[in-house]
Amino acid sequence: MKELLDLAQLLEQGQSQKVLTLTQQLVDSGLSPQTILNEGLIAGMAVVGEKMRNGEMYLPEVLQSAGAMKASLAILKPHLAREGTASRGKILIGTVKGDMHDIGKNLVTIMLQGAGFEVIDIGLNVEPQRFVTAITEHTPAVLGLSAMLTTTMLNMKTTIEAIASAGLRSQVKIIIGGAPVSQKFADEIGADGYSRDAVLAVNKVRQLMGHTSY
Amino acid sequence: MQKTFKTLAIPDPQQLMFGRTPKPLICGFGLKLGNGQVYPELNFTLPTMALEETNWAAVVAQYEEIGSIIERAAARLKPPGLMAEFELLPPMTEHPSWGAELTSVLLRHLDQLHKDTGIPCALRVTPTDIRDVTKPPELRSGKPLELLLQSFEQCAAAGAHVLSIESVGGKEVHDEALLYGDIEGVIFALGVLASRDMEFLWERIVATCSKYNVVPGGDSACGFANTAMQLAGQGMLPEVLASVVRAASSVRSLVAYECGAYGPSKDCAYEGPVIKAITGAPIAMEGKSASCAHFSPVGNVAAAMCDLWSNESVQNVRLLSGPAPEAYFELLVYDCRLFNQALETKTENVYQNLLVSSDIHLSPQAYVLSPESTIRIASTVVRETGHYAQTLAAAREAASLLREGVQQEELQLNSRETEWLERITRELNALPADEHQMIITMQERYGHLFTANSYGL
Repeated sequence: MKELLDLAQLLEQGQSQKVLTLTQQLVDSGLSPQTILNEGLIAGMAVVGEKMRNGEMYLPEVLQSAGAMKASLAILKPHLAREGTASRGKILIGTVKGDMHDIGKNLVTIMLQGAGFEVIDIGLNVEPQRFVTAITEHTPAVLGLSAMLTTTMLNMKTTIEAIASAGLRSQVKIIIGGAPVSQKFADEIGADGYSRDAVLAVNKVRQLMGHTSY
Repeated sequence: MQKTFKTLAIPDPQQLMFGRTPKPLICGFGLKLGNGQVYPELNFTLPTMALEETNWAAVVAQYEEIGSIIERAAARLKPPGLMAEFELLPPMTEHPSWGAELTSVLLRHLDQLHKDTGIPCALRVTPTDIRDVTKPPELRSGKPLELLLQSFEQCAAAGAHVLSIESVGGKEVHDEALLYGDIEGVIFALGVLASRDMEFLWERIVATCSKYNVVPGGDSACGFANTAMQLAGQGMLPEVLASVVRAASSVRSLVAYECGAYGPSKDCAYEGPVIKAITGAPIAMEGKSASCAHFSPVGNVAAAMCDLWSNESVQNVRLLSGPAPEAYFELLVYDCRLFNQALETKTENVYQNLLVSSDIHLSPQAYVLSPESTIRIASTVVRETGHYAQTLAAAREAASLLREGVQQEELQLNSRETEWLERITRELNALPADEHQMIITMQERYGHLFTANSYGL
């Protein structure tokens, strides 16, 4: 359908206002919100993610597209809710104890929000027990842990152990990221996934949540 | 009482030379900086290990080992002098006595080195700015500020020779503006917020330094311009944006000197050459020999005007040759032998030209770091009055330099970089001459990220 291809292209170009207008027109035309989402917005963001990985788009352009996606999702959300598919999933995210770095975490947050996830960011220098409390309170499907220092990356392990001790480990998937960590480290500390950048983090979260499409 | 700089201490790019400054200084155990030689500045950190009270003895043992490595390597390589930098990790600032204890450990090793070999040396200590632990950051009050100031005080009392910091005021807005490519937000964060926080912080740091007879060594825009450089390095931001941020960030770093700092500036402050041109103070720089810590597109040109040459940071891990701090110290020493041989044989201009010309045609970030570009940016800064106007002028000058570089075919930009340079130029030209209107606009746009009280607004 041409309009859906147009929507994907406008999203890729970060043309927020046009994306909103076209989303509304498509909703008004009676097209399924699920179709608009999958064949318009998610298709557009897939191209954006691909272009960023290939070095064809800079972050400000990607974030402009993510912002347009987020705004467009706000239009679709009540319609998706009626279909029983409004919640894409809740993600809890934070930088571990002892670490003040948060730009990577913030970037992942923006990208996840742009992809339609509800993200609860509990900040930086987060004690393991605060993660435990937040999991109990928010019941996220995925927890994202960030660390930038070789002396704080071990606090990811401590955090995962604290979550396990609280009996919550089976309730939440855990993904880690940050300059000093790797897939090997993720495996060693019992995390469920690792991502080296924000675009791949979105894919990894979707994979952990078993999403093949929306 | 704040100084203002209205002229350049070094107006001639030919005189903006590594190892030489109009205002040399002596610190530590007889280390004379900017007095005709370049010295290595070794920076180091812990290997992957927990940093907490329960394993504190193991942490201290690491720094004891690093101290011994410095003693051994310096005795072997015989540099004409050296600086060691102890950059505190956040918990070491949160527990001021920890930072002070490690300062004492390293000082003891340098003292021993000096006694045994006569090699002039000094210890720079850099507490971590922990004030951004809350969101929005509480910069002018609260426990983190209290601990930070205590950390400076206790490290000074423990014998630090130079005190520095990579302060973070304004970063909460700058990070967001940078990610979105919001030029107006970037200039606001640097010229309005960061500059105000620098004044607040550096008046206090200088007072502590005066009390303990410690050299106030300056600040680094690491959290700003190096974030931009790293994101550009990963292809996430245009290099031209990182280049403009670099130039603009020099004004907030200059504020430390207006408040009484007199160098040597921090190694990761790549804006250091602008500071040197304006103040005449010696600077530390890092580049190709800091690849243990991060990659950069300015590996050689960064060395062109340095007085201390640093490795940025290296973990105390084992390499094939030996401990990594020793390996990188050796690299730095050999780099410095070349600088100093060039100075001794009066071939420094030839060597500097090689350092500059080998980089500047390949990256806009390198292009704005040449001595000629540095003097252009520094001249623009001292012509203006007020930090906002200076920041805006520095950014515009960097954009002009890049456009001229392209026109003169000294620099090649791809089409996406060219588009961004045009956009940056357009947006910089549209910014108001006066900061007041901008403050209102930015409070509406970024008011959720910062509190006006933290900046005295």
